[in-house]
Amino acid sequence: MNGTLDFIVGNYQKVIHLTCEHILVVGLALAIAILIGVPLGILIAKRENLSKQVLVMANVLMTIPSIALFGLMLPILAIWNLGLGKVPAIIALILYSQLPIIRNTYTAIKNVPPEIVDAGKGMGMNRWKLVVEVEVPISIPLILAGLRTAAVMNIGIAAIASYIGAGGLGVLIQQGINRVYPEMILSGAILVSFLAIFVDGGMAMLERILTPRGIKIQRRLVG
Amino acid sequence: MIKMLQKIYRFLLIAIILGAGVAAEKTGFIEYIFDPDQYPLIFRFFLQHLYLVGYSMAMATVIGLVAGIMLTRKQLRRYAGIIMYIISLGQTIPSLAVLALGMSFLGIGTTPALFALTIYSVLPIARNTLAGITAVPPPMIDAAKGMGMSPTRILFEIELPNAMKVILTGFRIALIINIGTATLAFLIGAGGLGDLIFSGISLMRTDQLLAGAIPVTLMALAADFLCEILGVLLISKGLRLAEE
Repeated sequence: MNGTLDFIVGNYQKVIHLTCEHILVVGLALAIAILIGVPLGILIAKRENLSKQVLVMANVLMTIPSIALFGLMLPILAIWNLGLGKVPAIIALILYSQLPIIRNTYTAIKNVPPEIVDAGKGMGMNRWKLVVEVEVPISIPLILAGLRTAAVMNIGIAAIASYIGAGGLGVLIQQGINRVYPEMILSGAILVSFLAIFVDGGMAMLERILTPRGIKIQRRLVG
Repeated sequence: MIKMLQKIYRFLLIAIILGAGVAAEKTGFIEYIFDPDQYPLIFRFFLQHLYLVGYSMAMATVIGLVAGIMLTRKQLRRYAGIIMYIISLGQTIPSLAVLALGMSFLGIGTTPALFALTIYSVLPIARNTLAGITAVPPPMIDAAKGMGMSPTRILFEIELPNAMKVILTGFRIALIINIGTATLAFLIGAGGLGDLIFSGISLMRTDQLLAGAIPVTLMALAADFLCEILGVLLISKGLRLAEE
């Protein structure tokens, strides 16, 4: 264990650089995934007959093992010379994030109490306003829970993406295995795990902060 | 608008399938898998992969079920919260990291891979067994007690059948993750279809890469389908009817 610590301290510049790279890839993918997934989740909650197809599709995507997905995308993206590097990694992370984000958004919007929606209608809100001011704020805790699942999963997949040249902390594991350098492998594995646990905790905190005050008061009254 | 979206969806699906066919032909993938020098090798990797997944899943299912059931018994119930917390913490650890940790403590080869795969698959199964049994309505258990059932009979006739759906979900998650992680087991010297994928990436040989990636994908999809069949077989008819 001492050797691992020495390795991290001795190479702190590289470690920080790789950590930032890892966070950048995951963060960018997550941001794009939210822009696609949340509207899609709202859409299928409103248009029930589309929901099954979209959810099955997202489920199938999730089933494909990550390294196999990189492999399947490589020949297609190679046409534009993007087969290796950060682009396929980000695309794969976006695809994997869809299931938790869409499913949670869908469930959350479906579970908004109808009487609250009716109250909004009674106040003269149009459909757009109902979604933005009533349904989405009430759904925020569950949507964020989906994001949290996606973020933790993406950190793990981004580690594997180092094998297609996307950088990140997986590089330490990859190079460590190639060089049979246990300290390097261990420091990569430990740092990735810490990053995942840290992000998991951070997202849980974000969930608490972003939950609308009304819902918190309601929870306290019920519980 | 819906009709149009559905049409676009169908069109996209057909386009993807056609595109995949053309890509498979163009990259030489079809030639590669029918090459008499290659297909015995691909088959061997496939069997190796199946062995890794089957062995580790069998062990993980037994350990996970036993651990989950034990934690719902009266004597151990107070530890359930802590164990749940540890399990959810363990699940945030990336699969590659688990394999790498297995390798740095046990060396290279099949044993550390099996060990890492088993440990990683135990977590969802144990968690869902615990959650499923805990969610069985207490009045139901009271009714069974009132009928004079012994704790063992309550477990097998009331608790497990009612928790089966949640347990199977855990099994499915574990199996899918396991197949994906077993692909990475090549990196610590356990073989499997990951061999073809990683060598294909290193050599920039698309045909070899696809010869690994496509069987793994099909295996994962088949496993997903298998879990659905298991659901029909194992979940009692009454519960399925109640859900509809």
